[in-house]
Amino acid sequence: MNAANFVTSMPIVAVAVHDVVTLLPIIALIVSAVVVMLAGTFHTSHRLTVGLTLAGLFWTVAMIPIAQIRHDHQVTALLLLDDWALFFIGLLALTTAGVVLISYGYLARREEHPHDYYTLLLLATLGAAVLVASTHFASFFLGLEILSVSLYTLIAYPRLRADFIEAAVKYLVLAAATAAFLLFGMALVYAELGTMSLSALAAAHVTGGGAAETSLLVGGLALIIVGIGFKLGVVPFHMWTPDIYQGAPAPVTAFVATVSKGAMVALLLRYFRQVSLSPHGTVWLLFAVIAAASMIAGNLLALLQSNVKRLLAYSSIAHLGYILVAFLAVGRSAAVAVSFYLVAYFLTTLGAFGIVSELSGPEADADDIDDYRGLAARRPLLSATFALLLFSLAGIPLTAGFLGKFLVVATGANSRLWWLLVVLVASSTVGLYYYTRIVVAMYVQRPQDAPTTSRLLRVEAVVGSRAGGSVLVVVVGLVLFLGIYPAPLLRLLGHIVANLP
Amino acid sequence: MILVALIAWPFIAGIAAWLAGRRRPELARWVSALAMAAGLVAVIVEWIAKAPDFSLTGHGPFVASVHVAWVPQLGISFFVAADGLSLVMVTLCYALGLLAVLSSWHEVTERVGFFHFMLLWTIAALVGVFTALDLFLFYFLFEMMLVPMYFLIALWGHERRVYAAVKFFLFTQIGGLFMLISIVALYVIHGRQTGVYTFDYLQLLGTHLSLAAATWLMLGFFAAFAVKLPAVPLHTWLPDAHTQAPTAGSLVLAGLLIKIGAYGMIRFMVPLFPQAAFRAAPVFMGLAVLGILYGAVLAFAQHDLKRMVAYTSVSHMGFVLLAIFAWNTLALQGAVLEIVCHAFSTGALFAIVGLMQDRLHTRDMDKMGGLWLAAPGMGAFALIFALASLGLPTLGNFVAEFLILLGTWPVSEPAAVLGAVGLVAATIYALWLVQRVFQGRETPALALPDLTVREGVMLAAMAAPLLWLGLYPQPLFNAVRPGLAALQQRAVRAPTPTAPGAILLSPPAASGSSTLNAAAAQPVATDTSDAPAPGGAQ
Repeated sequence: MNAANFVTSMPIVAVAVHDVVTLLPIIALIVSAVVVMLAGTFHTSHRLTVGLTLAGLFWTVAMIPIAQIRHDHQVTALLLLDDWALFFIGLLALTTAGVVLISYGYLARREEHPHDYYTLLLLATLGAAVLVASTHFASFFLGLEILSVSLYTLIAYPRLRADFIEAAVKYLVLAAATAAFLLFGMALVYAELGTMSLSALAAAHVTGGGAAETSLLVGGLALIIVGIGFKLGVVPFHMWTPDIYQGAPAPVTAFVATVSKGAMVALLLRYFRQVSLSPHGTVWLLFAVIAAASMIAGNLLALLQSNVKRLLAYSSIAHLGYILVAFLAVGRSAAVAVSFYLVAYFLTTLGAFGIVSELSGPEADADDIDDYRGLAARRPLLSATFALLLFSLAGIPLTAGFLGKFLVVATGANSRLWWLLVVLVASSTVGLYYYTRIVVAMYVQRPQDAPTTSRLLRVEAVVGSRAGGSVLVVVVGLVLFLGIYPAPLLRLLGHIVANLP
Repeated sequence: MILVALIAWPFIAGIAAWLAGRRRPELARWVSALAMAAGLVAVIVEWIAKAPDFSLTGHGPFVASVHVAWVPQLGISFFVAADGLSLVMVTLCYALGLLAVLSSWHEVTERVGFFHFMLLWTIAALVGVFTALDLFLFYFLFEMMLVPMYFLIALWGHERRVYAAVKFFLFTQIGGLFMLISIVALYVIHGRQTGVYTFDYLQLLGTHLSLAAATWLMLGFFAAFAVKLPAVPLHTWLPDAHTQAPTAGSLVLAGLLIKIGAYGMIRFMVPLFPQAAFRAAPVFMGLAVLGILYGAVLAFAQHDLKRMVAYTSVSHMGFVLLAIFAWNTLALQGAVLEIVCHAFSTGALFAIVGLMQDRLHTRDMDKMGGLWLAAPGMGAFALIFALASLGLPTLGNFVAEFLILLGTWPVSEPAAVLGAVGLVAATIYALWLVQRVFQGRETPALALPDLTVREGVMLAAMAAPLLWLGLYPQPLFNAVRPGLAALQQRAVRAPTPTAPGAILLSPPAASGSSTLNAAAAQPVATDTSDAPAPGGAQ
């Protein structure tokens, strides 16, 4: 690679005035992060900060139709804000709004200085939005790092508890290590292809089905997949998931499980979707093995957990495995299936961690399965909500999770991924078992069966916040609506996917 | 629209019962009982009104249908229709639903409103399953009913209820998921052949499959229905679930839930994959005979009264499986009659066991004996239903099992002979039950008050249909014959391939028969399942 080549492959960083219109959603996120930060310096109330954060997020969503007006969605060589990216930016912003609301009650019970927390949440969302829209190694890495750095701080935010700090340091070390893998992979790919554009990479791994798969390119791709796999938390890069899920404050866990993973899935789907066209190529097999291993390991290891947050962590590993099955299928219907599944997964995960947050007192999160014993008698609505969400995760009809799983199976069958489907069926039956454990704890067992009553009293004392409750109401409504009448969302996704390359 | 109303009614009534139960438990019982009774009356009125249609052969087998687009992007529609077979099953749903409510009148004392909510939602999903003709809708309801049933067992069951409920849930779920793969694969293959991606059963009937593909898809359906039925190696959830469930749960499980297996095979599995099904018939008939004998032997060996009744179900369902794979008019009519009679006879035995457990607080037969003296009414009813179970002439089960054996004989003589041996075994366990519990040495330690009027009326109401069907089963046969005939035309037992695209089942003109003809008119490739996958289908 000579110097001239290097320069020409750099993006032309010249933003035209009309590009500002396209960039509006991202600008909205930046501005609201700044506003919330400044507002925090004036000792505003917690309530006002939350209001400003929500206003910023809804403003971001409101900017999406405006950004759609222009037909040229490419902004420099770095960002592409087409329908696909905009849909996910909207989804991420709305999910963050849910996280903000469940954080409100959670932080209020801890009486800390909560303002910077919301700034960091907005910044993390900004990172995820950039990630979703990136078309270039530079913007990809930039978005990823904005997201990760914000998360290190978010996880450790409630300072007074050691386990949060422990989780944050774990995440920091592992994320930094995988960032190095990712960068090295990018360097190898750049050395081989002489370009940093993601679409060129996508084209290379498709045409390179056979002879053109040089060791340098495959090695570089493998390292990039390590970086992506880490963010997704799929086997064998899943080690951090249970520890971080357990160690982080429940609302931050919700954010890690949804926004951080979802953004990466959206990116993966845009650039690696063509991997399905060359089944049994190296990259395809890599993903197939990762998918199968995630489904099996996630579901089996979840069986052993007695901590609800850890259990949900392992279940999320399995769910990412299901998503990868659809990801490996051919056709636009696969992209629809993945995005529908992602919406369902976002809703249920947000709701589940919302419930954990609602039950968590100031000293510890309500994450032991014993905390849920006999909950149905004391908090019938909350238990019914949790049961519904767990059945959605298990893929039982009337819920969005069922439609998601159905679409995954449909696209898998369309591409004849029979053995992956058999793994999916067998492992998700195992999954049903551990979801019912929580349901049994809530409905069948009595509180007095619990070995330690002190924990129980603590959970009993917690009064949920109205903000968190409103999120749960919306989540339940949407999970049922999508489970019974998914046609509108499917139509929307069909339009969005039609414009994908 | 009557069908939609019949499906929606228990859903609504269930919510009403829950709300009523929050005020007064008694109210939830009355709401549920009246809702079920009203539904039963409505479906019987519908049956009588439609009865003339059953005999009109040119009219098509469906007497009512509703077809509304649901998820048009995926070719999913809300398509429910009823022929005589469906109507019989729906009637059974409401009848047993009413009996389930009555039988739990005193048994269920905790969370009464929630109990009736779960019970009625199970019934609603069952009514839907027996009328759904869109495979997606069928699967949707098939899976949905697991949740209320799971709660019925887990919350109001006996000592090992959680274990039994989870086992039931997992077994059914894994079978169901294999069926889901089959349904989706059929949908994809049909879509590739005709360009029409649909879950409409009537259109999917025209799909042409290679024998290998058909066999795999058929096995997916078999996995789901054999677990439900249950066929022998997959039956182990049943004794646990039946034993641990509350009486109402056992009634619904034995009377309705396991019948989905039989109904699904008759309606979906055999007509969709006739060649594959008939090729595998010897194996399945072998499993059926094994089930008849093994269930009978195990029933004989039980000490737990309820568990014993549960094992008799395994034996009786073996007869139904045998009849389905014999697949001729006699056997199929026998199967439907067995489905109905088994629902009442076994349901009644479960009800009696429930009453006894309520009074004696045990189900152990070793602790019982000579109870006839204390409770002659209960003993008399137990004897009637035990005799029904062993196949005594004048009671419906005899007619059913006789027809099944008669229909099996031309297909497989050894299976018919061994099935008849099963009848002898049934005599032994049924009489042994009466002997151990009601005759023999008296156990003065046990105080067993006799039946109350409500209980007596309830049991009499279950005995009456058995007597009626034992003496004059013709109305039932008249009702189900056109539907069964249409299915038999679709799937001919002799291994002759049907003409490509021939649709012998056709819905009434109102429900989109034009699309059906269009699909039938499509030229059908002989073997497309091995064709290369077109990328980006849809």
